Formats: sequence, structure tokens, C-alpha cells
Amino acid sequence: MSSDTLAISHNGHSPSYLEYEGKHKGIWAWLLSTDHKRIGILYLIAIISFFAVGVTLGFLIRLELLTPQGTIVGPQAYNEFFTLHGVIMIFIVVIPVIPAVFGNFFLPIMLGAKDVAFPRLNLLSWYLYITGGTLILLSIILPGGAADTGWTFYIPYSVRTGTNMIFTLSAVFILGFSSILTGLNFLTTIHRMRAPGMGWFKMPLFAWSLYATSWIQVIVTPIVGITLLMVVVERVFHVGIFDPTLGGDPLLFQHMFWMYSHPAVYIIIVPAMGVISEIIPVFSQRTIFGYKFIAFSSLAIALFGSLVWGHHMFATGMSNTSEFVFSLLTFLVAIPSAIKVFNWTATLYKGSIKLEAPLLYSLAFIFLFSIGGLTGVIQGALNVDIYLTDTYFIVGHIHYVVFGGTGIALFAALHYWLPKMFGRMYNKKVAKFAFWNIFIGFNITYFPFFILGWMGMPRRSYHYLPQFQLYHVISTVGSWILVIGLFTMLFNLLMSLVRGKKVTENNIWGGETLEWQIQTPPTTENFEDIPNIIDGPYEYKQNELTTVEEEVN
Amino acid sequence: MSTQEHVEEHVHRDDIRSRMGMWLFLFSELLLFGGLFLIYSVYRFMHPHAFSIASKEMNTFFGTMNTIILLTSSLTMALAIAAIQRGKKILSICLQITTILFGAAFMVNKFLEWSAEFREGNFPGSAVLQSKPQGQILYFGLYYSMVGLHGIHVLVGMTVIAFMLRFTIKGVINKDNYVKLEAAGLYWHLVDIIWIFLFPLFYLIT
Repeated sequence: MSSDTLAISHNGHSPSYLEYEGKHKGIWAWLLSTDHKRIGILYLIAIISFFAVGVTLGFLIRLELLTPQGTIVGPQAYNEFFTLHGVIMIFIVVIPVIPAVFGNFFLPIMLGAKDVAFPRLNLLSWYLYITGGTLILLSIILPGGAADTGWTFYIPYSVRTGTNMIFTLSAVFILGFSSILTGLNFLTTIHRMRAPGMGWFKMPLFAWSLYATSWIQVIVTPIVGITLLMVVVERVFHVGIFDPTLGGDPLLFQHMFWMYSHPAVYIIIVPAMGVISEIIPVFSQRTIFGYKFIAFSSLAIALFGSLVWGHHMFATGMSNTSEFVFSLLTFLVAIPSAIKVFNWTATLYKGSIKLEAPLLYSLAFIFLFSIGGLTGVIQGALNVDIYLTDTYFIVGHIHYVVFGGTGIALFAALHYWLPKMFGRMYNKKVAKFAFWNIFIGFNITYFPFFILGWMGMPRRSYHYLPQFQLYHVISTVGSWILVIGLFTMLFNLLMSLVRGKKVTENNIWGGETLEWQIQTPPTTENFEDIPNIIDGPYEYKQNELTTVEEEVN
Repeated sequence: MSTQEHVEEHVHRDDIRSRMGMWLFLFSELLLFGGLFLIYSVYRFMHPHAFSIASKEMNTFFGTMNTIILLTSSLTMALAIAAIQRGKKILSICLQITTILFGAAFMVNKFLEWSAEFREGNFPGSAVLQSKPQGQILYFGLYYSMVGLHGIHVLVGMTVIAFMLRFTIKGVINKDNYVKLEAAGLYWHLVDIIWIFLFPLFYLIT
């Protein structure tokens, strides 16, 4: 992206946002900062810490499942483990991570703005996030024990269990509020703060994906908020809402839960797709193929994705008509996702590919997300779904989509943008080594889930039949490789912040979006003068392609 | 660069931006209550008879009084904004105080109404309510949840207007910069509109 004022804006090296000194000193310069970049880093630290907790729990779950009977913990602890793993990974890690960290940091820069629309609201949503996370941690420590209902909080478990359910539910309510405020902030930022000349179709695709995501956040999060709040009210005041003994309808809870939680899958995946849409053009040095298709497919996903929640409930005995409609819409929602996959691969075609860590992770994303997406389509078929409901097949599907999708896209984003954020480069060889560990470990861990599910292994089960053991053992061994990979990756990135080679040039990877035109690391103001945008975000010289075509002619 | 003030001071005032943020927030608030309205309609469909009997026990007098109070307070709030736009600071301050007082009257009324219900034993978990049919338990569960959540919104609205009052007195809100007061007004109207739907659903339809 070129602009007429940028060339003069980075002549000298000004103090970066990391060195900036405002009216607050020390730790408060961060905890009270309304700078979108510092808030992004605050989110990054918090989310990576919770991610480590979630990984540990997942690792322990796999270890427990090494043998058909009890291995390391009892059944109650096991229930708490898989619930906490789900709650932490979904509500605290993957839902906020890409918008809150990279959206906060790069959205204003990509739009040519100095900050988000409401900087103080942005800080407030971080504090709400921390409050929610703290409540979850409290639920573990306090007597009573962590929630043991599964992350779906189904009635009647969640009104009956004696565990610290109120903490967990309130935490998710507060996290939802934080998510709404972030969405509201981004929507307003995108509408009102684009630099002069940046029309809607000159926005980077990451901004488009955040736009679609923010709409889902604002529209559906209040529904789950009120639903979980009602369960809290039900537990505290014995008000009859969902509890069947008081006349309530547990299936109504399921509807209302999935009305949010299915679109939440798209809150999780759409920003990840945005990251991939940024990385692929840069590392193949080609204009993105089908810009408008990718932009509009995000909106199409947001629209269709909000209308498919019933497919989580095919086994509950809905009417045939609603089952048919939900199944049809589920098939339809696969189309915009497929459009993106085809566009990414078409972008790579005949590009000058640089196989760096961010691109490796992006390619892994396409591969794993395709498996995750297609196994989702399988379950969209009514009769197959009845057989597969609540088996390991769904556990495999969710891990391929959420971890293979958003998790891997998060790693791609870290390797792509971290050098820009901190001005230090990680060890590229170690990064590639970690990548292969993660990729291989991931598939060994989660692919057996599909086989197990097809064989009939139920999810969330503490005991299992001996014939399933072989696949559980393979999966557990895979989890060890995966954890080694994750540890190596995080260690490499952390070490790079201390000892990594200093990066001084603005454009590390040869990207065309605005964040690569400003200083590394950026100044507090991002831009000395607001840039005037002339070209689109992916205007690469396509000389290779034309020469090849000329030779053919 | 480091001698400059922080980013926030550099951003120019953009009233459209503030209004857009407020409208999006109101939108999410509407959906929050929308979830409850959805639960209400499903249960009303499942238990039409019990809902009809339970709603006859409601005291329509309190409900009607509160509707009048809240609608009038919306008027005084709108007038407070109109007054500040015309530079009539004192008038605006008086109207904002009136709005807060109306809000307080609403809450007092609500308190009296709930006290009466509690005396009759119609409160969640009570023996009287537990002995009733399930549809009526759900009705009272929804009544306390929805009206209670609305009541919390009235309190929040009053607090917000109290802050606006302070800003108006200090002159932060004035003839040229009244977007904060407008946003508070929007919130107050939302509280009003939700009540307009709660009132017939719980008091009028039988």
C-alpha cells in the first residue's frame, strides 16, 4: 500500500510505544495505558498464560486416558479437568485471542488511525477480561471445586452440581461483556477512523474479518450472557427458569446456549482466516486472489453462521422441518469457508514463495482447517449425526477447527507480527523445528479421535472399553510431541524478546499493508501524519507471472 | 514525540463516532432483553392457561403508575437535551433532576409492589409459590427476573444521569458539546421502551 505522506514520516528513529513515558510510571504505565498497542500486549500476556493452563489440563486429560480405568486422577477430578480445559480454551483463549491481541494492536495501524475509537473502553474490556479469568481461577481454588458440567453447562447439571458453578457462569458472563465492548469498539473504529482515501475495499482483509467478527460479537453474545445469568439467578434465588422440576425446559437452555455458541465458532475462526489472508499474499508476493470474495465471505459466514445452531441438537428430537432447515443451512455455511480456501491456494499459485514460519503455519492452517471443516459437513447430515452425536468424532472435529484453525493461525500471527511488535527476530531454525513438532504431534493426537468416534467411543467418558485403548495410547503419545513443540515455540518466541536479533527495518517480510510502512516497533502515535491512501492493500509487482505468461505466448 | 501529550488528546472530537458506539451498545442491550422475551414467549406458548391465571394476580395499579412515571421521565430527559442545545443550562439541570426523581419514584413504587407480592408469598423459593402449578412458577420466575433486570437498568440510568448532571453544572456538557447527555438520554429511552413491552406482557395480557 503506498501513500504520499508516509515517505517523510519515518526518517529518524523516534522512541517506540515500548519506550514511551506518559504520566504514569513503572507497571502503571502499562496497566493504565489506553494505547491500543499496550492493551494488545496486556491481552497477549494474559491469554498466553491462560493458554499454558489450558494446555496443561489437556495434557493431563490425555495422560488420564492412557488406560481404560483410572490412571492419574479420579472421575470427579477428570470431569473438572475437561470442563476447565473447555471453558479456559474457548471463552478465555480462542474467542478473544486474535481480535484482542492482534486486532487491538494492528487494526488501527492498518486503517491509518492513531488509536481505536474508544481507548478507555478498550482498557475497561481488558479489566473485565481479567476479572472473568480471575473468577475462573477462584472457582478452582475455593472449596467446592471447579465446574464439572462440561463447557456447555447443560441443564440440569449446571443447576444441580455442588461445584462453584456461580463463579464459572459469572465469569463467562463478564467475559462476554468484555467481548461485546471490544466488538463495539472495532465496529466504530472501522466505520469512523479509516484514513483519508481508504475506502471499504482498500481495507486489508484482516480488518474485514474483524468487522464481520465484531458484528457477531455484538449480536449474539448478549444472548448467552442473559442465559447464563438466568442460570446464576436460578441457583442463587431458586427462581424457576430452566430447571425441569420447576417447570423449566432444559432444551430451551440448549437452544439459547447454541444460539450464541455456534456463532462463537465463527468469532473464533473468522479473525484467524483474516490472519491467513494477510500472510499468504506477503509470502507469495502476489495480490490476493478474489479480494471481494474473501471480504464478503466473512460477512456471509457471519450471517449463515448465526442461523445453524440447531445442528448441535439433532439428537434431541426437534421437528423434522427444523432439522431439515438447520441441516441445509449447515451445508450452506461451508461454501463461504471453501471460497476462502480456494482463494488462498489460488494466491499461492505461481507466487514467489518464501517458506518462512508464518507461511508454514498458514499452510498447516489450510490443511487442518479443511479436515476440520469437512468433518463438520459430515455431521451436518442428519442421519450420520445421530450416530456420531457425543462421540469422539465431534471432539476431533472441534480440535481440528479450533486448535488446527485458530490455534495454528495464532502461531502464524505470532511469527508474522511479533518481530514488528517488539523489534526482535526469533530464531528461524528453531521456529521451523517447533512447527514440525506441532504439526506432526497435532495430527497424531487428534486424528485418532475420528476413528475412535466412528467406533463409538463416547466423549467426556472417564472409563472406556479395552478395544479403544490402542487409539488412546497413540493419541496420548501424540500429545507429548505436541506439547514439546508448543513449549519449544513459546520458549523460542520468549527468548527472542530478550536475545533476538534487533530488527530496525520497517518492512521485515515485504508486506504492503500499512503496519509495514511505519517504524519498528511503532511509535505511540503510529503515524506522525495520518497517511493518505492511494492504492489497495495487496499491490505487489507481478513480474514473475507476466514473464512466464509472455514466454508461453 | 515523548514530550507530546498522549494519543487521546490528539484525536479530534467526532460526535457521530460517539453516537454510533452508543447505538451499538443499546443494540446489544436490546438483545440481552431479547433473550428474556424469547424465554417468555416460549413458556407462554407452553403454559397459556397458567400464565393467564398468574397475570391476574398482578397489581395493575402499580404497573400503570410506573408506566406513567417512566414515560414522563423520558419526556423530561428529552426536554433536558433540547434545553442544553438552546443554551438554557439552568432549565436543563432542573429537568435532569426531575428525571432522576421520576426514576426514584419508579423504584419506590416497585419496592411497594414487590413488598405486597412478598407478603402474599409470591416470591421465588417460597412454599406458597412452590405449591402452585409449574406454569405459574415460571411466570413469577420470569416476572422477577425481567422486571428485576429492568430495575437494575433504571438504577444504572439514574446514576448515569447523575454524572451528566455533574458535567452540566461544571460546564463540560454545554451548548456546543452535549453528545454525552444525548447518549445518556438514549439509554434512558431504552429503559423506557423495555418497560413499555414488560408492562403489557405481565400486567395487561390475561
